[in-house]
Amino acid sequence: MKLKEAAKTKERLTGGHRLCSGCGAGTATNLIMRASKNPAVVGCATGCLEVSTTIYPFTAWEDSFIHNAFENVAATISGVEAAYRSLVKQGKMDEEFDFIAFGGDGGTYDIGFQSLSGAMERGHNMVYICYDNGAYMNTGIQRSSATPKGANTTTSPAGKVIPGKQQYKKELTDIMVAHNIPYVAQASLFKPQDLLRKAQKAFETKGPAFINVIATCPRGWRSRAEKGIELTKVAADTCAWPLFEVEEGKWKLNYKPKKKKPIEEWLRQQGRFKHLFKKGNEHLIEEIQEHTDQRWEYLLEMCEKD
Amino acid sequence: MSSKVALTGNEALAQAMRQINPDVVAAYPITPQTAMVQTFSQFVADGEVDTEYVTVESEHSAMSATVGASAAGARAMTATAANGLALMWEVLYIASGTRLPIVMPVVNRALSGPINIHCDHSDAMGARDSGWIQLYAENAQEAYDNAIQALRISEHKDVMLPTMVNLDGFITSHAVESLEILADSDVKEFIGEYKAEHHLLDSKNPIAVGPLDLQDFYFEHKMQQSIAMENSKEVILEVAKEYKELSGREYEFFEEYKLDDAEIGIVALNSTAGTAKGAVDNLREQGVKAGLLKIRVYRPFPGEEIAEVLKSLKAVAVLDRAESFSTNGGPVFGDIRSILYNIKADVEVVNYIYGLGGRDIKVGEIESVYRDLEEIIDSGNVKNRVSHLGVRE
Repeated sequence: MKLKEAAKTKERLTGGHRLCSGCGAGTATNLIMRASKNPAVVGCATGCLEVSTTIYPFTAWEDSFIHNAFENVAATISGVEAAYRSLVKQGKMDEEFDFIAFGGDGGTYDIGFQSLSGAMERGHNMVYICYDNGAYMNTGIQRSSATPKGANTTTSPAGKVIPGKQQYKKELTDIMVAHNIPYVAQASLFKPQDLLRKAQKAFETKGPAFINVIATCPRGWRSRAEKGIELTKVAADTCAWPLFEVEEGKWKLNYKPKKKKPIEEWLRQQGRFKHLFKKGNEHLIEEIQEHTDQRWEYLLEMCEKD
Repeated sequence: MSSKVALTGNEALAQAMRQINPDVVAAYPITPQTAMVQTFSQFVADGEVDTEYVTVESEHSAMSATVGASAAGARAMTATAANGLALMWEVLYIASGTRLPIVMPVVNRALSGPINIHCDHSDAMGARDSGWIQLYAENAQEAYDNAIQALRISEHKDVMLPTMVNLDGFITSHAVESLEILADSDVKEFIGEYKAEHHLLDSKNPIAVGPLDLQDFYFEHKMQQSIAMENSKEVILEVAKEYKELSGREYEFFEEYKLDDAEIGIVALNSTAGTAKGAVDNLREQGVKAGLLKIRVYRPFPGEEIAEVLKSLKAVAVLDRAESFSTNGGPVFGDIRSILYNIKADVEVVNYIYGLGGRDIKVGEIESVYRDLEEIIDSGNVKNRVSHLGVRE
């Protein structure tokens, strides 16, 4: 489906939801839902997307929606999908459905990790979307295992002794690949056609599919709301958030920057990395650059191999 | 036609699940429940049920997937014990607050730590305020009968609350008993087909389950839940009446054993009630006016009805197979004493915490409790309001 056609489809996450301006989660969700051809059951882990879209007695979702708790959206959708299979088997239902779980990075990389792993391993026919904004933004910007190294968050503050988060982010997309599920992808908002294609592919996949989308959070990144999408391009051009997909075990790179930009360009536009530019912290940026390079080389190797 | 069979409690419950034929079961193995889900898995593997069996990776996911399935309009069940129930804790409240009619056998076992796999009621007692209906059973027959009735209770439109079907770990779950199971067709007819009023898989009428419920509505929803629990009392009795016509076995909120003319009585749940009946019989032979009240329905708590029966006694001992660590006695004791206070009953009530971690309770020990009650009446003094029975000093 072309973007133009997608724009003409019925909006399934409607306006009136209460996500912040410049938030990437709403944009990504809206686009992903347009790729679904069937009625859907949408599950949401506790988080920004959930609290902003279903405040009783209102809902921004045109489809059936379920929120259970923070760490169990994958298990919850497993149950919905199992119910569907049972009813189809018994001849009580014949309509096609899409089953979608949305979680932020906290609900996916951290607290919902076990539930996600279990659901993927069991092979439920579901699409799991992680909107990764790199911290627990809903509760006020606490670090998660998706928070990039050096970021200043409220639980990894840049202090006099410790300069922000000490660890590199967990490569969750790779861990999903290791589950040997049919389709895994990493996507970004600045390439909406690519995101749309990946979502479509995920919905068409028989069995579990996982997409990790980078989602700008102006509050948490300390960035300008109007830069929401532009920043995700910087993330790809600096290789901080590469775009790739792994279909039936085959790795494919989806975006290669014409000229790979230094990581500084990504860091400099966000207040959460401000302290890294203080005198004496040069080595931190060098370390982050080195790590980013290694990760990029690894991805190139995996993709060239296939 | 019902048939007489020799089964363990776990096997009896697996048979009940087979006859219920749930659309979805999402369960995780845990001692002493394991044999139940193992046996049921075999029914699935042999095509004896239509169930989709979700082999979840934890009890948290077991309850989460069961919630998802139930919200999708399926008849959904799970089963657990002890730490498994504890791991479900968060989602137990979500299941009841979302008004999902899930039925779950709980094979009662001590909570860690230290780790112990044997019977006590610390698991279920901790969940007594989670908004689930709780049924208790003296033996495998009652556990089986409760499971079948639980479906009807939970799914009643005036109730729509989940139910825990409790049975004692090992004592009931692993002992082979002679019991009667109903004919498959009778169970099918008794429980009927489940049709959810609203569910996720109705594409023409999509719904939002579990939205954010703030200061302006949450309280009203909790009030509705409270009213549903109140409604369940009448439904429990109606279902029992209908079940009696089918099975010939009679169920109420509780069983009164030789209480009519009793002066002293014990209140107990689950298998200990059987042991207590032995003690009552022995004492009756000696001319002691002893009786027993066995609670079957603990949530909702049939307070007025229990008070009505106990008020004519002179002294009552409540046996609790769980510590509340309140330093004021166990959970059942608190409830019983409170209802007797409401009606200003002139009955001394004492508490015995016993059997933790599977420590056996013997007929002689229960007789000694009745002797203590006699002494309270004779002396007019209560030496110990709360005692621990059968523990070394």
